Amino acid sequence: MLRQIEGSRAVAETVALCRPEVVCAYPISPQTHIIEAVGVMVKEGRLSPCEFINVESEFAAMSVAIGASATGARAYTATASQGLLYMMEAVYNAAGLGLPIVMTLANRAIGAPINIWNDHSDAMAVRDSGWIQLFAETNQEAADLHVQAFRLAEELSVPVMVCMDGFILTHAVEGVDLLDQETVDAFLPPYDPRQMLDPEHPVSIGAMVGPEAFEEVRYLAHLRQLDALHRIPAIADEFEAATGRRSGGLVSSYRTEDADTIVVALGSVLGTIKDAVDVRREEGDRIGVVGITSFRPFPSVAVRRALNDASQVIVLEKAFSIGHGGVLATDVAMALQGTDCVLRNVIAGLGGRAITRSSLEELFATAAKGELGALLFLDLNTDVVDREIERMTAVRRSGPSAENVLRDLGLPREVGRAS
Amino acid sequence: MTTRPVRFYQVGSFAVGNRLLGDEERTVQSNSERTNSIDSGHRACQGCGEALGARYALDAAMRATNGQLVAVNATGCLEVFSTPYPETSWRIAWMHSLFGNAPAVATGVAAALRVKGKTDVRVIGQGGDGGTVDIGFGCLSGAAERGEEILFMVVDNEGYMNTGVQRSAATPPAARTATTEIVGPQPGNTFGQGKDLPRIAMAHDVAYVATATVADLHDLEAKVERAMQFHGARYLHILVPCPLGWGSASNETIHVARLAKETGLFPVFEAEYGVVTSVSKIRRRTPVEEYLKLQKRFAHLFGKNPRPDIVMRLQEIANRNIERYGLLDEEEYVARHAASFEVPV
Repeated sequence: MLRQIEGSRAVAETVALCRPEVVCAYPISPQTHIIEAVGVMVKEGRLSPCEFINVESEFAAMSVAIGASATGARAYTATASQGLLYMMEAVYNAAGLGLPIVMTLANRAIGAPINIWNDHSDAMAVRDSGWIQLFAETNQEAADLHVQAFRLAEELSVPVMVCMDGFILTHAVEGVDLLDQETVDAFLPPYDPRQMLDPEHPVSIGAMVGPEAFEEVRYLAHLRQLDALHRIPAIADEFEAATGRRSGGLVSSYRTEDADTIVVALGSVLGTIKDAVDVRREEGDRIGVVGITSFRPFPSVAVRRALNDASQVIVLEKAFSIGHGGVLATDVAMALQGTDCVLRNVIAGLGGRAITRSSLEELFATAAKGELGALLFLDLNTDVVDREIERMTAVRRSGPSAENVLRDLGLPREVGRAS
Repeated sequence: MTTRPVRFYQVGSFAVGNRLLGDEERTVQSNSERTNSIDSGHRACQGCGEALGARYALDAAMRATNGQLVAVNATGCLEVFSTPYPETSWRIAWMHSLFGNAPAVATGVAAALRVKGKTDVRVIGQGGDGGTVDIGFGCLSGAAERGEEILFMVVDNEGYMNTGVQRSAATPPAARTATTEIVGPQPGNTFGQGKDLPRIAMAHDVAYVATATVADLHDLEAKVERAMQFHGARYLHILVPCPLGWGSASNETIHVARLAKETGLFPVFEAEYGVVTSVSKIRRRTPVEEYLKLQKRFAHLFGKNPRPDIVMRLQEIANRNIERYGLLDEEEYVARHAASFEVPV
C-alpha cells in the first residue's frame, strides 16, 4: 500500500510486519521515531507476542537482544552514532556468537565535536565487527531491506545492520509502498535458531576459545559473510518475485554502460549524484554511478564488474579514516587491484553538511578534465581552517578548535580575525 | 527462610551435620542426585570459594525450579575456569556474553522465555564482584529497577582475581591488591570507598535481597530456594573466599568465610521489598584480627610493623554492621550456648 510516510515510520511499520519478538529501545536521535513507533504497536498488542524493553543504555539494548536471540526469539533494536559506539563491545559479541539480530542504524556523525546530523562515521566504526551492513538509498529501500535483513540474518546466523541516513531518510516524508502481512509472512519464515538456551537440551554458549581454535571460529564467520555475497542477490531476486519491486542486492549501477568515469557511493547521496550525473551527461561527459548496497560483506567481484572499463573512479564518502583517507575508497582500491583505473577519493557531507548538486556538478566537471586530486574534502571552508592554524601557530593556549571555528563563522570576518 | 530448631553443633564448626537430619532436610549438595551444575574437571584453584558457592547456589536453584533454569554468566573467574574451549563444566543451559552485560543478557533471555510462553523456565544472572559492583553495575541497576524476572547472583571474592588480583569496589579497606599496594602511610585499599551492593539492591525495592557465605550451606540453599519463590528482580550476594587473592590457605576457605560473618565484617541477612526480614546472628563474637590474620592481603597490619590503628578502623566497620543489622543477640547467644552443652541422652 503506497503511503505518504516518514522514513522512520515506514521502517517501524515494516519491522512490525516481520513479527519481532523482543524489541529493545534506548533513545538517540535520529533513530528515536522508529523505536517509538514500534513501542506503540507493541503496547497496543498489535505485535503480540512481543516484548518491548526500555533499557538503560545502548550497551544494554544490544545485550538484551543478545540474550533474546540466544533464547530463540527474533530480536530487533535501532541506534545511531554514539549509541552504536556505546554498544560496540556487544555489537562485536553478537556477531561473534552468530546471533541473527537485526538493527537499524540511522547514520549520524560521531563526536567530538558533538553533532547529531548525518554522515557514515558510525557505520564505518563497526565495519570489522562481523555484522552484515546494508545501505539504503531511499526510504522504500530502507523499509524493504529490513524484511530481507531478517531473512538473511536468520538463514546465515549472522546479525544484519540496515544503515539509513539519519534525518535525510529517517525524517523525510515521501511515498513508500508498504508490504502487507501476507507477503512478508510468505517471504520470512519463523526463526529457527541454530543454537538456543533450552533447559531440555542444555548447551554452553560463549565459551572461552584459545589460540587452538580462535582462527577457525573467525574464519567460519568470514565464510558465512562470503556466503552472504550469494544470498544477498538471491534474496533480492526472491523479494522482487514476491513484491514486484527491486530492492537490495550487492551493488546498483546507473548510466555506467559507456562511462569512463564512475562515481561510487553509499546511501541516500546516490540520488543527488545521479541528478548531477544527468546534468554532466547532457554536457557530454561519459559518467555513471555505482551504488554499494552491501558494504559488509564487501562485494569486490561485483564492484570490479560494475566498474568495468572506467578509467577513473571517484569514491565519494561521508566518513574517513583520520590520518589516511576514505574507508570505502580503500575497499574499492582493493577491488580494482591490477587495473589501470585511476582512483579519486572525495570526502563529503560530514556532520550533515549538505552535498549539493551544484558542488557535485563542479566536482564532476573537474574530474572530466582530469584535474581531480587523489583526496579532496568537498566544500571545505579553507578560510576558517587557515585562521585556526594561524591561531595555533601564534599562541600555545589557542583554546578548543571547534569553538574557535564556530566563533570565526559567527563573527564578521575582520572581527573574527582579530580575536 | 525456613528454619528449624538446632539440635547439635559439631565441635568447632557450628555446621549442622547432615547425618542428624531427615532426608527432606538435608542439603541439595548431600544428595547424590543433585545436578552438579558445574561438573568436576574445571580449572578453578584449589580451595576456590567461587566454584563452591556457584555450584551450591545453582544446584539449589535447579532443585527449586525442577531443572527449568537458564544461567547467564558475566566474564570472570567463574566463566574462564569453567569453559576453556572445547570443554565445558556446565551441565545446565548456560551462556556467557560479556563482562558488563550479564543482567541485560538475562533480561533478554527472560523476555524471550515470556514470548515463547515458557514461563516455567527461570533465569539466573551471575558474575563476580567486578561484573556486579563495577562494570556490570549499570545493567544490574537497570534490570533491578525494571523488575526483570531474574535472580542475579554475585559470587563476591572482593577483587579482580582472574586478571591478577586488582581492586574492585567490593575490595575491603586496607586489603592489599595489585592496584592497592602496601606502600605509603595508608597501605592497601582506601577507607571510605566501595559499594555496599546488597543495600543498593534493597534501595531498588526488589522482591528479595539476601547475603550468604559458602560457610553455611543450609542457609545459602534456603536463600536460593526462597529467592525462587518470588518473581521479579532478586539479588543474592554470596561471599566466597579466594585463596589466591586473599592469601589464605586453600583448606581454610570455609573457615575464613565463617569468620567474615562471625566478625560482623560480612553481615548475613535477607530482605524483602527493601525491608530486612531476617539476619543470621553472630554465634560467637570474634574480633576482626582472627579473620584478618588468616589472610596475607592483611599481613601488613600485623608482624614487624603492626598497624593496630588500621585494625581498629576495620573493627569499627564490623561494629557498625553489628549495630545496623542487629547481628548480636546476647540472650539468644547465651541460650544457644547453654543448649549446645547439653549432652543428648
